[in-house]
Amino acid sequence: MAYVAIFITYIFINNFILTQFLGLCPFIGVSKNSESAIGMGMAVTFVMGIASIITWLVYNLLLVPLDLAYLQTLSFILVIAALVQFVEMIIQKNSPALYQALGIFLPLITTNCAVLGIAIMNITEGYTLMESFSAGIAAGIGFTLALVLMSNIRERMDLHPVRKAFKGVPIAFISGGLMALAFMAFDKALLTNLLG
Amino acid sequence: MATERMQVLTKGFFKENPVFIILLGLCPTLGVTTQVINGIGMGLSVIFVLVFSNIFISMLKNIIPNSVRIPSYIVIIAAFVTIVEMVMHAFAPSIYQALGIFLPLIVVNCIILGRAEAFANKNTVFDSFLDGVGMGVGFTMALTLIAFIREVFGAGTITLVPMGSFDGVIEIPLFYTYPVRVLTLAAGALLLMGYLKAFFEWNANRKRG
Repeated sequence: MAYVAIFITYIFINNFILTQFLGLCPFIGVSKNSESAIGMGMAVTFVMGIASIITWLVYNLLLVPLDLAYLQTLSFILVIAALVQFVEMIIQKNSPALYQALGIFLPLITTNCAVLGIAIMNITEGYTLMESFSAGIAAGIGFTLALVLMSNIRERMDLHPVRKAFKGVPIAFISGGLMALAFMAFDKALLTNLLG
Repeated sequence: MATERMQVLTKGFFKENPVFIILLGLCPTLGVTTQVINGIGMGLSVIFVLVFSNIFISMLKNIIPNSVRIPSYIVIIAAFVTIVEMVMHAFAPSIYQALGIFLPLIVVNCIILGRAEAFANKNTVFDSFLDGVGMGVGFTMALTLIAFIREVFGAGTITLVPMGSFDGVIEIPLFYTYPVRVLTLAAGALLLMGYLKAFFEWNANRKRG
């Protein structure tokens, strides 16, 4: 039950982009067409899941026993940077098709706040290893959901006349704001109603 | 020469403002700007990290091998972010609490890595210092502006540092009773950012004629 709650929380209630403001750069930058939005979303979900596990292990098995918790930020970002590089190499070697789809997005992920954000959040929330992994995957799915919705809106908006000053980024922000308003319907009450 | 230096310093204020023109570092821009003091605190932290990482990266630019430059930059930046975190935790605990997760996330703020890659690894130490100050001040001004609008209209207050008998909160009469609550929420931040960006686009188009 706890895992269902984590999934609902990170996909809808605390959606990373629309309520937490994590990962806004790709939300604006990579949402011009839905194909690349799906690619980026999948790559981020994948990295967030693995990064959650590894950063949890690094923190609890390395930093805490050695009394080095203040090195959290430094070690997490190094782990994530190395991980992204590693994932890129493995995908390139073993699955050229997947590399074609995700390749160009992977280098961008190191500086995506969502990945470092979930790693730090797992620690502050005191999750177990499995809970951290679920939170990572769920936050990635929530990120993908918002990104894909946004890209569909922007694809349609290209066909409509928008005032010159609002073209492109400004109207994307305003659509994002309206989407965030809609997402406010998902709140803590939803969780209590669903799970009792 | 002197005018060139001035340009390096001032281009970040308006012409290449990192938030409104280049659209870098958006997450903290919208995430922490519910109160003016948080915007200023975030801005000052970024100025500190940006100036020191720019100085160090431009000093080490001939030593760092090209193939591992990005990880090296990240380590330098993360070290300064950790310093800011510890100093804030000790001396400004309330701002530390309010900034929360966005303080360690300065590491992945695209402005800092962006300036390292685009400016500091090609220019002299002094120019990199000026560039860091300029970009940092531009970022702080943008954050303060957004936080000011959101707090005045959304909550009817302006929160600054408490000093003596002044508790740090200025109340705006009309808006304190009838606040536009949506501006303090996530949705309001995105809407406001959209309108501000549209204003800057309009302004740029007007100047171009």
